[in-house]
Amino acid sequence: MSVTTMELPEVEYILPGTRTCAGCGLPIAYRHMLKALGPKMIMTHPACCLTILHGIYPKTPVAINAVNNTFAGTAASASGLVAGLKATGRTDYTVVAMAGDGGTFDMGIQALSGAAERETDFIYVCYDNEAYMNTGVQRSSATPSGAVTTTTPVIPKEQAKKDFIQIMEAHDPAYLATMCSSYPADIYNKFLKAKAIKGTRFIHMAVPCPTGWSFPTKDTVKIGRLAVESAVVVLYEVENGAFRLTGKSLSMARSGKKQPVNEYLEMQGRFKRISAEQLAEFQRQIDVKWERFRKRAGF
Amino acid sequence: MGQTLILTGTQAAALAAKLCRVQVIAAYPITPQSKIPEVLSEYVEKGELQAEFVRVESEHSAMGVCISASLVGARVFTATAANGLAYMHEQLHWAAGARVPVVMPVTNRGLGAPWTILNDMQDTIAQRDTGWMQFYCMNNQEVLDQVILAYKVAEQLMVPTMVCFDGFRLSHTMMPVSIPAQSDVDKYLPPYEPLHSIDSGNPVNINPVVMTDPLRGPDGELCPSYMGFRFRLQETMESALPVIAEAGRSFAERFGRSYEDNLHRYRTEDAEFIFLTMGSLASEASDTVDILRERGVKAGVVGIRVFRPFPAASLVEATCRAKSVAVVEKAISYGYEGALATELKAALFSRNGHRPVIYNYITGLGGKDVKPTDLLEVAQEIINGAAGNIPQEKPRWLGYGV
Ligand SMILES: Cc1ncc(C[n+]2csc(CCOP(=O)(O)OP(=O)(O)O)c2C)c(N)n1
Ligand code: SF4
Repeated sequence: MSVTTMELPEVEYILPGTRTCAGCGLPIAYRHMLKALGPKMIMTHPACCLTILHGIYPKTPVAINAVNNTFAGTAASASGLVAGLKATGRTDYTVVAMAGDGGTFDMGIQALSGAAERETDFIYVCYDNEAYMNTGVQRSSATPSGAVTTTTPVIPKEQAKKDFIQIMEAHDPAYLATMCSSYPADIYNKFLKAKAIKGTRFIHMAVPCPTGWSFPTKDTVKIGRLAVESAVVVLYEVENGAFRLTGKSLSMARSGKKQPVNEYLEMQGRFKRISAEQLAEFQRQIDVKWERFRKRAGF
Repeated sequence: MGQTLILTGTQAAALAAKLCRVQVIAAYPITPQSKIPEVLSEYVEKGELQAEFVRVESEHSAMGVCISASLVGARVFTATAANGLAYMHEQLHWAAGARVPVVMPVTNRGLGAPWTILNDMQDTIAQRDTGWMQFYCMNNQEVLDQVILAYKVAEQLMVPTMVCFDGFRLSHTMMPVSIPAQSDVDKYLPPYEPLHSIDSGNPVNINPVVMTDPLRGPDGELCPSYMGFRFRLQETMESALPVIAEAGRSFAERFGRSYEDNLHRYRTEDAEFIFLTMGSLASEASDTVDILRERGVKAGVVGIRVFRPFPAASLVEATCRAKSVAVVEKAISYGYEGALATELKAALFSRNGHRPVIYNYITGLGGKDVKPTDLLEVAQEIINGAAGNIPQEKPRWLGYGV
């Protein structure tokens, strides 16, 4: 049973006054994620834009329990929360780990892989803004090819984005889902589902970042939608090994319609130096992946 | 009733953790520590110990698990050595900053490169400034006792604590160890009561970004800055020695073995010459002192049991009557001298006019045997030096010869 945007609960766990940049996609997604997870949860996260969202001591705009930890230690910290709560007889809390792409695809991969292999009972959320934003927009392994960052300032990134979601799928988690901050109801519904499942649950959350991607702050939702409409981001879930396209991606697969990536790329300053060959290769890789997804979904 | 068993140091450490009823264990194997988590796994799998055992994929994660499990109220345990400890470095700072009472035995081992699995103390001495308390053990009885003592103190002060003992020399050597009754340990160490508890009705954000200057909280109260938090840790460490001594006194009352003194002293009352050292070397030095005494030399041994917080006053009191002190260490601060030598000199300089002649010896690195003949040579050298008032220019490396 799916909830629509109009039916979302009114309860708020993010209060006014977060410290993210104007137009940031993260608080949109986070707000709906927390609505689904509810108060009986504990969150752990490393240094990243989420830390900034969580505010500065002694005040926090977030009405949930949160434990900060080291950059490489997110999944280990979550494993500790799971073990500690179990050992002290409180198994009614949902343990959530959340880190950026840098803290997941790069430094956090070891601890996350370890926790997933141990089938730790927690939800791991990687919100992906495709660079190290908290330290000022440096290239990560999640940065797509053709993007300018502060560590690929002259020659845009040459390598393709690491397919981390596949790496996580290879761990055979209890639940795996992708989402994008431009589709709040999809986020809410997937977290509601994730919450009810036991074992390791992995969520990939695409989050547009006006600061790092260079686009007007009013266009955050639009960029996220374009990402999905051009299949740069594909919305799906894998439950007990069963793959399912969801939401916009499902209707795109049904209709066979998909936007070219041009508009998505052209709206962002970070792609201003992408070469014609890189653009063609970008499109080619998206097309190959999209066909793979469609086939997998039975289209 | 307690009993006496013949145990290795690692078995003693594992048994101590069981007696302390640890609730969460996370560990990653490294020689010579590996037996500790192996023994604990067996306790847990056989149902002799009710604990969550998290078989992590690295030492960095082991400490990550311990920190968060402790923050939600569990008594936690891990163990490591050498490169594993170095790999934890970031998390060691985090544990101390988060004020979690983690207890961690470290089986002291030399650090690569080049590889060695054998003993010295470079690993823990290099972590001296992470904000952890450090206890050093002389024998396997102390390994067992000091783990129990460490929980007692760590949970009172909310400061993580390492219980350090020499790899192989203690970790793999069997010795008689008197095992206290579980009921006595339960009386000495009641269940862990965390300072705060996770509550969905009153959420908290633990260890967020803090500012350079204190800020007012939502209720108008002035809350510490980063430096304020770090000052509190130092303040606690400065007040910790009496707490450790008191824990040692009540330990003696219950178990009959005293840890009231933060130093191990052997024949120091009238000693003119003192070996200052740490760990199992203190017991080897004690044998050498017996030989020296037979030869008419008034020799004694001071072994450091508590290294952080540093027992400067006791150390000054124990050494200030001696004419000479040989600081024999299994670690060095490269480019200078052994940390213990520096700290003894600093303690004497700031507290006492009396200046014994102090020589520093670096020895035992990577498992090198420290023989009584080596120590007798040290004694002869420094006693002659003291007679001629000859200062030592730089630390002497004992027994490194190719
Ligand atoms: C061991 C370590 N290395 C580097 C850093 C510095 N650091 C803090 S936040 C950050 C970037 C985070 O990037 P990401 O995980 O992608 O999240 P984002 O800020 O983009 O949301 C880095 C590199 C750190 N905190 N710890
Ligand atoms: S840098 Fe990007 S992701 Fe970070 S807060 Fe700003 S807009 Fe959000």
